[in-house]
Amino acid sequence: MSMKDFRVTPIRNGTVIDHIECGMALKVLRIIGVDGEKIHSTVSVLMHVPSKKAGWKDVVKVEDRELDPSEVDKIALISPRATINIIRDFNVAEKYKVRLPDVVRGIVRCGNPNCITNLSEPVEPEFVVECKDPPILRCIYCDRILENISEHII
Amino acid sequence: MSVFRNSDIVSIRDLSKESIEQIMDLAERMIPYAKGEKKTKVLEGRILANLFFEPSTRTRLSFESAMVRLGGEVLDVSYPLMTSVAKGETLADTIRMVESYADVIVLRHPHEGAARLAAHFSSKPVINGGDGAGQHPTQTILDLFTIRREKGKIEGMNVVLVGDLKYGRTAHSLAEALALFGAHLWLVAPQNLQMPKETIKEVERLGQKPKLASKLEEVIAEADVLYVTRIQRERFPDPSEYLKVAGSYRIDKSILREAKKDLIIMHPLPRVDEIAPEVDNTPHARYFQQAFNGVPVRMAILLLLLGVDVDEGF
Repeated sequence: MSMKDFRVTPIRNGTVIDHIECGMALKVLRIIGVDGEKIHSTVSVLMHVPSKKAGWKDVVKVEDRELDPSEVDKIALISPRATINIIRDFNVAEKYKVRLPDVVRGIVRCGNPNCITNLSEPVEPEFVVECKDPPILRCIYCDRILENISEHII
Repeated sequence: MSVFRNSDIVSIRDLSKESIEQIMDLAERMIPYAKGEKKTKVLEGRILANLFFEPSTRTRLSFESAMVRLGGEVLDVSYPLMTSVAKGETLADTIRMVESYADVIVLRHPHEGAARLAAHFSSKPVINGGDGAGQHPTQTILDLFTIRREKGKIEGMNVVLVGDLKYGRTAHSLAEALALFGAHLWLVAPQNLQMPKETIKEVERLGQKPKLASKLEEVIAEADVLYVTRIQRERFPDPSEYLKVAGSYRIDKSILREAKKDLIIMHPLPRVDEIAPEVDNTPHARYFQQAFNGVPVRMAILLLLLGVDVDEGF
Protein backbone atom coordinates (compact mmCIF):
# COMPACT_ATOMS: atom_id res chain seq x y z
CA MET A 1 0.00 0.00 0.00
CA SER A 2 1.43 3.33 -1.01
CA MET A 3 1.63 6.30 1.33
CA LYS A 4 -1.11 8.05 -0.67
CA ASP A 5 -3.50 5.08 -0.40
CA PHE A 6 -2.96 4.99 3.32
CA ARG A 7 -3.95 8.66 3.68
CA VAL A 8 -7.18 8.30 1.67
CA THR A 9 -8.73 5.13 2.92
CA PRO A 10 -12.05 4.08 1.33
CA ILE A 11 -15.35 4.67 3.11
CA ARG A 12 -18.41 2.42 2.86
CA ASN A 13 -21.08 5.12 2.50
CA GLY A 14 -20.86 8.87 2.48
CA THR A 15 -19.34 11.74 0.54
CA VAL A 16 -15.84 12.61 -0.57
CA ILE A 17 -15.36 16.26 -1.40
CA ASP A 18 -12.25 16.32 -3.54
CA HIS A 19 -10.19 19.04 -5.23
CA ILE A 20 -11.05 21.58 -2.54
CA GLU A 21 -8.93 24.68 -2.96
CA CYS A 22 -5.89 24.41 -0.74
CA GLY A 23 -6.61 25.86 2.72
CA MET A 24 -10.39 25.77 2.39
CA ALA A 25 -11.08 22.41 4.06
CA LEU A 26 -11.96 23.88 7.45
CA LYS A 27 -14.43 26.25 5.81
CA VAL A 28 -15.99 23.29 4.00
CA LEU A 29 -16.40 21.57 7.38
CA ARG A 30 -18.21 24.62 8.70
CA ILE A 31 -20.48 24.67 5.64
CA ILE A 32 -21.49 21.03 6.06
CA GLY A 33 -22.12 21.54 9.76
CA VAL A 34 -19.25 19.54 11.22
CA ASP A 35 -18.50 21.25 14.49
CA GLY A 36 -17.45 18.32 16.64
CA GLU A 37 -20.68 17.93 18.63
CA LYS A 38 -23.43 17.29 16.11
CA ILE A 39 -21.54 14.80 13.97
CA HIS A 40 -22.04 11.11 14.67
CA SER A 41 -19.81 9.57 12.06
CA THR A 42 -16.21 9.68 10.96
CA VAL A 43 -14.88 12.76 9.21
CA SER A 44 -11.48 12.73 7.54
CA VAL A 45 -9.75 15.93 6.54
CA LEU A 46 -6.71 16.04 4.32
CA MET A 47 -5.04 19.37 3.87
CA HIS A 48 -2.32 20.32 1.46
CA VAL A 49 -2.09 17.06 -0.45
CA PRO A 50 -0.51 16.82 -3.91
CA SER A 51 -2.86 17.26 -6.85
CA LYS A 52 -2.07 16.61 -10.52
CA LYS A 53 -4.47 19.37 -11.61
CA ALA A 54 -3.87 22.18 -9.12
CA GLY A 55 -0.54 21.35 -7.50
CA TRP A 56 -2.08 21.11 -4.03
CA LYS A 57 -5.57 20.47 -2.77
CA ASP A 58 -7.64 19.66 0.32
CA VAL A 59 -9.99 16.66 0.63
CA VAL A 60 -12.87 16.08 3.08
CA LYS A 61 -14.54 12.71 3.58
CA VAL A 62 -17.73 12.38 5.58
CA GLU A 63 -19.13 8.96 6.35
CA ASP A 64 -22.87 8.18 6.25
CA ARG A 65 -23.75 11.60 4.97
CA GLU A 66 -24.86 13.05 1.60
CA LEU A 67 -24.89 16.80 1.00
CA ASP A 68 -27.97 18.83 0.20
CA PRO A 69 -27.93 21.20 -2.82
CA SER A 70 -27.52 24.37 -0.74
CA GLU A 71 -24.39 22.92 0.90
CA VAL A 72 -22.99 22.07 -2.54
CA ASP A 73 -23.68 25.64 -3.74
CA LYS A 74 -21.90 27.04 -0.69
CA ILE A 75 -18.87 24.85 -1.40
CA ALA A 76 -18.89 26.13 -4.99
CA LEU A 77 -18.66 29.67 -3.61
CA ILE A 78 -15.38 29.03 -1.81
CA SER A 79 -13.94 26.29 -3.99
CA PRO A 80 -15.37 26.40 -7.51
CA ARG A 81 -13.33 23.45 -8.78
CA ALA A 82 -14.32 20.98 -6.03
CA THR A 83 -15.81 17.62 -6.96
CA ILE A 84 -18.41 15.65 -5.03
CA ASN A 85 -18.19 11.87 -4.91
CA ILE A 86 -21.16 10.03 -3.43
CA ILE A 87 -20.00 6.69 -2.10
CA ARG A 88 -22.41 3.80 -1.65
CA ASP A 89 -21.17 0.39 -0.54
CA PHE A 90 -17.53 1.35 -1.27
CA ASN A 91 -18.35 2.36 -4.86
CA VAL A 92 -18.54 5.80 -6.40
CA ALA A 93 -22.29 5.95 -7.09
CA GLU A 94 -22.23 9.57 -8.35
CA LYS A 95 -19.49 12.01 -9.19
CA TYR A 96 -19.97 15.61 -10.20
CA LYS A 97 -18.32 19.00 -10.10
CA VAL A 98 -19.82 21.68 -7.92
CA ARG A 99 -21.50 24.31 -10.09
CA LEU A 100 -22.75 27.70 -9.05
CA PRO A 101 -26.21 28.63 -10.31
CA ASP A 102 -26.68 31.95 -12.14
CA VAL A 103 -28.45 33.40 -9.11
CA VAL A 104 -27.58 32.62 -5.49
CA ARG A 105 -30.35 32.97 -2.91
CA GLY A 106 -30.30 32.67 0.85
CA ILE A 107 -26.87 31.12 1.29
CA VAL A 108 -24.70 34.19 1.60
CA ARG A 109 -25.26 37.55 3.25
CA CYS A 110 -24.47 40.91 1.65
CA GLY A 111 -21.19 42.35 2.92
CA ASN A 112 -22.48 45.92 2.70
CA PRO A 113 -23.58 46.74 6.25
CA ASN A 114 -25.89 49.43 4.88
CA CYS A 115 -27.67 47.04 2.50
CA ILE A 116 -31.40 46.76 3.22
CA THR A 117 -31.10 42.93 3.29
CA ASN A 118 -29.04 43.20 6.49
CA LEU A 119 -32.04 44.65 8.30
CA SER A 120 -35.04 42.70 9.56
CA GLU A 121 -36.80 42.65 6.20
CA PRO A 122 -38.65 39.54 5.00
CA VAL A 123 -36.33 38.84 2.06
CA GLU A 124 -33.56 36.39 1.36
CA PRO A 125 -30.27 37.92 0.29
CA GLU A 126 -29.96 37.39 -3.46
CA PHE A 127 -26.96 37.73 -5.77
CA VAL A 128 -26.32 37.60 -9.47
CA VAL A 129 -23.28 35.41 -10.19
CA GLU A 130 -21.20 37.58 -12.50
CA CYS A 131 -18.33 35.10 -12.68
CA LYS A 132 -18.24 31.48 -11.53
CA ASP A 133 -14.48 30.93 -11.27
CA PRO A 134 -13.39 32.83 -9.30
CA PRO A 135 -16.88 33.52 -7.93
CA ILE A 136 -17.95 37.16 -8.23
CA LEU A 137 -21.35 37.98 -6.74
CA ARG A 138 -23.33 41.19 -7.10
CA CYS A 139 -26.13 41.91 -4.63
CA ILE A 140 -29.35 42.41 -6.59
CA TYR A 141 -30.58 44.87 -3.96
CA CYS A 142 -27.65 47.23 -3.38
CA ASP A 143 -25.61 46.37 -6.52
CA ARG A 144 -22.44 45.96 -4.44
CA ILE A 145 -19.87 43.27 -5.33
CA LEU A 146 -19.42 40.87 -2.41
CA GLU A 147 -15.87 40.71 -1.11
CA ASN A 148 -14.54 37.95 1.20
CA ILE A 149 -17.34 35.58 0.21
CA SER A 150 -16.36 32.85 2.66
CA GLU A 151 -16.86 35.21 5.61
CA HIS A 152 -20.45 35.93 4.59
CA ILE A 153 -21.79 32.41 4.11
CA ILE A 154 -24.94 31.92 6.15
CA MET B 1 -48.33 49.51 -24.91
CA SER B 2 -45.36 51.35 -23.42
CA VAL B 3 -42.60 49.16 -21.99
CA PHE B 4 -42.60 51.50 -19.00
CA ARG B 5 -46.21 50.92 -17.93
CA ASN B 6 -46.29 49.54 -14.37
CA SER B 7 -42.53 49.04 -14.35
CA ASP B 8 -40.16 50.43 -11.73
CA ILE B 9 -37.24 52.84 -12.00
CA VAL B 10 -34.73 51.53 -9.48
CA SER B 11 -31.32 51.77 -11.12
CA ILE B 12 -30.00 53.55 -14.20
CA ARG B 13 -28.54 50.19 -15.20
CA ASP B 14 -32.08 48.84 -15.70
CA LEU B 15 -32.67 51.34 -18.50
CA SER B 16 -31.46 51.08 -22.08
CA LYS B 17 -30.12 54.08 -23.99
CA GLU B 18 -33.35 54.05 -26.03
CA SER B 19 -35.51 54.12 -22.87
CA ILE B 20 -33.57 57.07 -21.46
CA GLU B 21 -33.90 58.89 -24.79
CA GLN B 22 -37.65 58.21 -24.76
CA ILE B 23 -37.90 59.80 -21.30
CA MET B 24 -35.81 62.80 -22.40
CA ASP B 25 -37.84 63.30 -25.58
CA LEU B 26 -41.05 63.34 -23.59
CA ALA B 27 -39.48 65.63 -20.96
CA GLU B 28 -38.72 68.09 -23.74
CA ARG B 29 -42.44 68.22 -24.53
CA MET B 30 -43.26 68.68 -20.84
CA ILE B 31 -41.23 71.88 -20.39
CA PRO B 32 -44.10 74.34 -21.07
CA TYR B 33 -46.28 72.34 -18.66
CA ALA B 34 -43.53 72.28 -16.05
CA LYS B 35 -43.29 76.05 -16.33
CA GLY B 36 -47.05 76.44 -16.00
CA GLU B 37 -47.33 77.97 -19.47
CA LYS B 38 -49.62 75.16 -20.59
CA LYS B 39 -52.11 73.26 -18.43
CA THR B 40 -53.13 69.61 -18.35
CA LYS B 41 -55.23 67.38 -16.08
CA VAL B 42 -54.08 64.15 -17.67
CA LEU B 43 -53.26 62.53 -14.29
CA GLU B 44 -56.43 63.73 -12.55
CA GLY B 45 -57.52 61.14 -9.99
CA ARG B 46 -54.05 59.59 -9.77
CA ILE B 47 -52.09 59.69 -6.52
CA LEU B 48 -48.33 59.77 -5.94
CA ALA B 49 -46.98 58.72 -2.53
CA ASN B 50 -43.78 60.57 -1.67
CA LEU B 51 -42.25 58.21 0.89
CA PHE B 52 -39.17 59.94 2.23
CA PHE B 53 -37.19 58.32 5.04
CA GLU B 54 -34.49 60.98 4.69
CA PRO B 55 -34.69 64.74 4.33
CA SER B 56 -34.71 65.96 0.76
CA THR B 57 -35.84 69.18 -0.84
CA ARG B 58 -35.24 69.05 -4.59
CA THR B 59 -36.23 65.44 -5.24
CA ARG B 60 -39.36 65.57 -3.07
CA LEU B 61 -40.55 68.97 -4.30
CA SER B 62 -39.82 68.30 -7.96
CA PHE B 63 -41.82 65.03 -7.88
CA GLU B 64 -44.60 66.86 -6.09
CA SER B 65 -44.49 69.69 -8.63
CA ALA B 66 -44.44 67.19 -11.54
CA MET B 67 -47.50 65.33 -10.23
CA VAL B 68 -49.48 68.50 -9.47
CA ARG B 69 -48.61 70.02 -12.88
CA LEU B 70 -50.12 66.89 -14.46
CA GLY B 71 -53.32 67.23 -12.45
CA GLY B 72 -52.58 64.45 -9.96
CA GLU B 73 -52.34 64.54 -6.18
CA VAL B 74 -49.59 63.78 -3.71
CA LEU B 75 -49.52 61.97 -0.37
CA ASP B 76 -46.52 63.25 1.51
CA VAL B 77 -45.03 60.76 3.97
CA SER B 78 -41.90 62.64 4.88
CA TYR B 79 -41.71 61.92 8.57
CA PRO B 80 -41.64 58.15 8.97
CA LEU B 81 -40.35 58.52 12.50
CA MET B 82 -43.89 59.60 13.36
CA THR B 83 -45.44 56.54 11.68
CA SER B 84 -45.41 52.82 12.37
CA VAL B 85 -41.81 52.65 11.18
CA ALA B 86 -40.91 54.07 14.57
CA LYS B 87 -42.72 51.09 16.11
CA GLY B 88 -40.50 48.69 14.18
CA GLU B 89 -42.55 48.13 11.03
CA THR B 90 -40.50 46.71 8.17
CA LEU B 91 -40.11 48.60 4.92
CA ALA B 92 -41.82 45.69 3.16
CA ASP B 93 -44.95 46.18 5.30
CA THR B 94 -44.87 49.97 4.90
CA ILE B 95 -44.76 49.55 1.12
CA ARG B 96 -47.63 47.04 1.11
CA MET B 97 -49.66 49.52 3.12
CA VAL B 98 -48.76 52.59 1.04
CA GLU B 99 -49.40 50.88 -2.30
CA SER B 100 -53.05 50.54 -1.39
CA TYR B 101 -53.32 54.33 -1.02
CA ALA B 102 -51.45 55.43 -4.16
CA ASP B 103 -50.86 54.67 -7.84
CA VAL B 104 -47.10 55.28 -7.82
CA ILE B 105 -44.51 55.47 -5.03
CA VAL B 106 -41.33 57.55 -4.83
CA LEU B 107 -38.99 56.22 -2.16
CA ARG B 108 -36.00 57.95 -0.58
CA HIS B 109 -34.30 55.73 1.98
CA PRO B 110 -30.99 55.72 3.87
CA HIS B 111 -30.26 52.04 3.09
CA GLU B 112 -28.87 50.82 -0.22
CA GLY B 113 -31.18 48.40 -2.00
CA ALA B 114 -34.32 49.79 -0.35
CA ALA B 115 -35.91 50.74 -3.68
CA ARG B 116 -35.31 47.27 -5.16
CA LEU B 117 -36.90 45.75 -2.07
CA ALA B 118 -39.86 48.13 -2.32
CA ALA B 119 -40.30 47.25 -5.99
CA HIS B 120 -40.26 43.57 -5.02
CA PHE B 121 -43.21 44.05 -2.66
CA SER B 122 -45.22 46.67 -4.53
CA SER B 123 -47.63 45.98 -7.36
CA LYS B 124 -47.57 49.71 -8.11
CA PRO B 125 -44.59 51.36 -9.83
CA VAL B 126 -41.75 52.34 -7.50
CA ILE B 127 -39.33 55.14 -8.37
CA ASN B 128 -36.01 55.26 -6.55
CA GLY B 129 -35.59 58.76 -5.15
CA GLY B 130 -32.14 57.86 -3.80
CA ASP B 131 -31.15 54.92 -1.61
CA GLY B 132 -28.20 55.47 0.70
CA ALA B 133 -24.97 55.76 -1.27
CA GLY B 134 -26.58 53.68 -4.01
CA GLN B 135 -28.66 54.83 -6.95
CA HIS B 136 -30.59 57.98 -7.80
CA PRO B 137 -31.63 57.24 -11.39
CA THR B 138 -33.96 60.20 -11.96
CA GLN B 139 -31.14 62.57 -10.97
CA THR B 140 -28.95 60.91 -13.59
CA ILE B 141 -31.62 61.28 -16.28
CA LEU B 142 -32.15 64.95 -15.47
CA ASP B 143 -28.36 65.48 -15.61
CA LEU B 144 -28.22 63.88 -19.06
CA PHE B 145 -31.27 65.87 -20.11
CA THR B 146 -29.58 69.11 -19.02
CA ILE B 147 -26.44 68.33 -21.02
CA ARG B 148 -28.44 67.36 -24.11
CA ARG B 149 -30.60 70.45 -23.83
CA GLU B 150 -27.73 72.85 -23.24
CA LYS B 151 -25.18 71.37 -25.65
CA GLY B 152 -27.50 69.82 -28.25
CA LYS B 153 -25.95 66.36 -27.79
CA ILE B 154 -24.16 64.16 -25.28
CA GLU B 155 -22.01 62.05 -27.58
CA GLY B 156 -18.45 63.36 -27.93
CA MET B 157 -18.78 65.94 -25.14
CA ASN B 158 -15.81 66.33 -22.80
CA VAL B 159 -17.37 66.01 -19.37
CA VAL B 160 -15.27 66.69 -16.26
CA LEU B 161 -16.61 65.19 -13.03
CA VAL B 162 -14.93 66.87 -10.08
CA GLY B 163 -15.13 66.53 -6.30
CA ASP B 164 -16.04 63.53 -4.19
CA LEU B 165 -16.29 60.82 -6.82
CA LYS B 166 -15.88 58.00 -4.33
CA TYR B 167 -18.95 58.47 -2.14
CA GLY B 168 -21.13 60.73 -4.28
CA ARG B 169 -23.91 58.51 -5.61
CA THR B 170 -24.78 60.93 -8.44
CA ALA B 171 -21.25 60.69 -9.84
CA HIS B 172 -21.25 56.87 -10.18
CA SER B 173 -24.43 56.43 -12.16
CA LEU B 174 -23.80 59.60 -14.17
CA ALA B 175 -20.34 58.35 -15.23
CA GLU B 176 -21.86 55.09 -16.45
CA ALA B 177 -24.74 56.85 -18.23
CA LEU B 178 -22.39 59.34 -19.91
CA ALA B 179 -20.28 56.45 -21.16
CA LEU B 180 -23.42 54.78 -22.51
CA PHE B 181 -24.13 57.97 -24.47
CA GLY B 182 -20.56 58.26 -25.80
CA ALA B 183 -19.28 61.21 -23.78
CA HIS B 184 -15.55 61.49 -22.93
CA LEU B 185 -14.86 61.55 -19.20
CA TRP B 186 -12.30 63.31 -17.04
CA LEU B 187 -12.42 62.28 -13.39
CA VAL B 188 -10.87 64.92 -11.13
CA ALA B 189 -10.63 64.09 -7.43
CA PRO B 190 -8.14 63.77 -4.59
CA GLN B 191 -6.57 60.32 -4.79
CA ASN B 192 -8.52 59.03 -1.77
CA LEU B 193 -11.85 60.25 -3.21
CA GLN B 194 -11.36 59.06 -6.79
CA MET B 195 -14.05 57.08 -8.62
CA PRO B 196 -14.37 53.42 -7.45
CA LYS B 197 -12.60 50.90 -9.68
CA GLU B 198 -15.87 49.04 -10.26
CA THR B 199 -17.43 52.12 -11.82
CA ILE B 200 -14.35 52.81 -13.94
CA LYS B 201 -14.45 49.21 -15.14
CA GLU B 202 -18.11 49.59 -16.10
CA VAL B 203 -17.34 52.84 -17.96
CA GLU B 204 -14.61 51.01 -19.87
CA ARG B 205 -16.97 48.13 -20.65
CA LEU B 206 -19.27 50.70 -22.23
CA GLY B 207 -16.46 51.75 -24.56
CA GLN B 208 -14.97 54.83 -22.90
CA LYS B 209 -11.54 55.28 -21.38
CA PRO B 210 -11.86 57.83 -18.57
CA LYS B 211 -8.84 60.03 -17.82
CA LEU B 212 -7.94 60.60 -14.19
CA ALA B 213 -6.50 63.81 -12.77
CA SER B 214 -6.13 65.44 -9.38
CA LYS B 215 -5.94 69.08 -10.48
CA LEU B 216 -8.78 70.90 -12.18
CA GLU B 217 -6.35 73.33 -13.83
CA GLU B 218 -4.99 70.44 -15.93
CA VAL B 219 -8.31 69.80 -17.66
CA ILE B 220 -10.51 72.90 -17.43
CA ALA B 221 -9.54 74.19 -20.89
CA GLU B 222 -10.83 71.02 -22.59
CA ALA B 223 -14.13 70.76 -20.74
CA ASP B 224 -17.53 71.21 -22.40
CA VAL B 225 -19.31 70.31 -19.17
CA LEU B 226 -17.98 70.73 -15.63
CA TYR B 227 -20.00 68.62 -13.19
CA VAL B 228 -19.15 69.63 -9.63
CA THR B 229 -19.97 67.56 -6.55
CA ARG B 230 -19.59 68.48 -2.91
CA ILE B 231 -16.60 67.12 -1.00
CA GLN B 232 -18.08 65.87 2.23
CA ARG B 233 -16.28 67.16 5.29
CA GLU B 234 -17.38 64.14 7.36
CA ARG B 235 -15.27 61.75 5.23
CA PHE B 236 -12.02 63.28 6.46
CA PRO B 237 -10.65 62.27 9.88
CA ASP B 238 -8.41 65.35 9.84
CA PRO B 239 -10.30 68.63 9.20
CA SER B 240 -7.15 70.33 7.88
CA GLU B 241 -6.88 67.64 5.17
CA TYR B 242 -10.46 68.41 4.16
CA LEU B 243 -9.78 72.14 3.91
CA LYS B 244 -6.76 71.46 1.69
CA VAL B 245 -8.72 69.57 -0.96
CA ALA B 246 -12.04 71.42 -0.60
CA GLY B 247 -10.33 74.70 -1.43
CA SER B 248 -8.52 73.23 -4.41
CA TYR B 249 -11.76 72.51 -6.24
CA ARG B 250 -13.46 75.82 -5.61
CA ILE B 251 -14.87 77.12 -8.88
CA ASP B 252 -14.49 80.87 -9.19
CA LYS B 253 -14.00 83.37 -11.96
CA SER B 254 -10.22 83.04 -11.90
CA ILE B 255 -10.23 79.32 -12.76
CA LEU B 256 -12.85 79.93 -15.45
CA ARG B 257 -10.46 82.23 -17.36
CA GLU B 258 -8.97 79.13 -18.97
CA ALA B 259 -12.36 77.60 -19.78
CA LYS B 260 -14.17 77.41 -23.12
CA LYS B 261 -16.68 80.21 -23.58
CA ASP B 262 -19.54 77.76 -23.88
CA LEU B 263 -18.53 75.59 -20.90
CA ILE B 264 -21.51 74.77 -18.70
CA ILE B 265 -21.21 74.16 -14.98
CA MET B 266 -23.57 71.72 -13.29
CA HIS B 267 -24.02 70.67 -9.65
CA PRO B 268 -26.66 68.35 -8.14
CA LEU B 269 -27.00 70.80 -5.22
CA PRO B 270 -26.91 71.63 -2.40
CA ARG B 271 -23.56 73.37 -2.78
CA VAL B 272 -21.57 74.57 0.18
CA ASP B 273 -18.57 76.54 -0.99
CA GLU B 274 -17.37 74.61 -4.04
CA ILE B 275 -18.89 77.13 -6.45
CA ALA B 276 -18.41 80.81 -5.61
CA PRO B 277 -21.59 82.92 -5.80
CA GLU B 278 -19.82 85.15 -8.37
CA VAL B 279 -20.16 82.25 -10.85
CA ASP B 280 -23.97 82.31 -10.63
CA ASN B 281 -24.24 85.27 -12.97
CA THR B 282 -21.75 84.00 -15.57
CA PRO B 283 -22.98 82.36 -18.78
CA HIS B 284 -21.46 79.10 -17.49
CA ALA B 285 -23.84 78.47 -14.57
CA ARG B 286 -26.53 75.87 -15.26
CA TYR B 287 -27.20 74.38 -11.81
CA PHE B 288 -30.49 76.13 -11.24
CA GLN B 289 -31.76 75.19 -14.72
CA GLN B 290 -30.57 71.67 -13.89
CA ALA B 291 -32.72 71.70 -10.74
CA PHE B 292 -35.72 72.92 -12.76
CA ASN B 293 -35.14 70.16 -15.34
CA GLY B 294 -36.04 67.68 -12.61
CA VAL B 295 -39.68 68.64 -13.05
CA PRO B 296 -40.18 67.88 -16.79
CA VAL B 297 -38.05 64.72 -16.48
CA ARG B 298 -40.14 63.49 -13.56
CA MET B 299 -43.35 64.45 -15.37
CA ALA B 300 -42.25 62.28 -18.29
CA ILE B 301 -41.42 59.38 -15.97
CA LEU B 302 -44.79 59.59 -14.18
CA LEU B 303 -46.66 59.65 -17.50
CA LEU B 304 -44.79 56.64 -18.83
CA LEU B 305 -45.07 54.55 -15.66
CA LEU B 306 -48.76 55.32 -15.29
CA GLY B 307 -49.39 54.25 -18.87
CA VAL B 308 -50.75 57.55 -20.20
CA ASP B 309 -51.01 57.70 -23.98
CA VAL B 310 -48.45 60.45 -24.53
CA ASP B 311 -49.33 60.81 -28.19
CA GLU B 312 -52.66 62.32 -27.28
CA GLY B 313 -53.51 65.42 -25.33
CA PHE B 314 -50.18 67.26 -25.44
